[in-house]
Amino acid sequence: MSDEALWNELLLKLSRRFMEAVPHNRALGISLDKLGPGEAYMTLPYSDKIIGHPETGVVHGGAITSLMDACCGAAVYMKLLERARIATLDLRIDYLRPATPGQAVVAHAECYKTTRNVAFVRCLAYHDDPKDAVASAAATFMILRDTKGDAT
Amino acid sequence: MRRIETFRETGDTTGMTDAIPYSRFLGVSLLRDEEGLLGKLTYSDHLVGNPELPALHGGTIGALLEMTAIFQLLWEAETLVLPKTINITVQYLRSARPIDTYARSIITKRGRRVVTARVEAWQDDPARPVAMANAHFLVIGKDP
Repeated sequence: MSDEALWNELLLKLSRRFMEAVPHNRALGISLDKLGPGEAYMTLPYSDKIIGHPETGVVHGGAITSLMDACCGAAVYMKLLERARIATLDLRIDYLRPATPGQAVVAHAECYKTTRNVAFVRCLAYHDDPKDAVASAAATFMILRDTKGDAT
Repeated sequence: MRRIETFRETGDTTGMTDAIPYSRFLGVSLLRDEEGLLGKLTYSDHLVGNPELPALHGGTIGALLEMTAIFQLLWEAETLVLPKTINITVQYLRSARPIDTYARSIITKRGRRVVTARVEAWQDDPARPVAMANAHFLVIGKDP
């Protein structure tokens, strides 16, 4: 199978596991769009229910938090490419500018480093142009590898 | 803006949370107790982020923390400007179970332009927080 076909198969598998099987991602309509080595792209569609500012229709930061948390987690799995559980240690979000009402928000997360126990991720959220980002995030995750039969 | 004034004068918290579509969608409400304001995220199935454990989605906890801090600011502030979040750092301390979650915020520094707040979230035991956050808010004008 070609590399592209492999990634597409993985995308389908992960979409089922992380998007369709995760109630909150489904409730927000988040989709997993693209995967690569240590990276993931997700989209949060615009909808009335995620409005934080009723007068302007600007999306609430909390919905972007959900998008970026999910996207960062997927990037960690794409770096590990093995069976492991992960837990978010922390997530810092810088809000660079208000999201434009009516437009979907895309997140691109990159897991740029893992150690035995910890994964480091950065993530950018934007509409069409990554250079004009809405938010940027840095997250760290604990990696919980299967330690069955391992005393340490 | 009128809702903010009513909120401050009468303590009517439902008008505040109901005005924001996203807090209605999540199920965030505001309570008051002898210590002040309390954010509450009422459990519902669509908040789950990990169906295997099960645990609440990290984003919903982040949203509860951010909202609680904003409401605390509106409650205490003298201006009617809606605070804008500059940034927020959430620390996840333990997995949040599928039950109601509460949060309380304290303003740690009140500048003329920037306000710093700390928020803690817990479930059945305030001594065992599930998450905490530090955040900066801009309380003036348009761009940061």
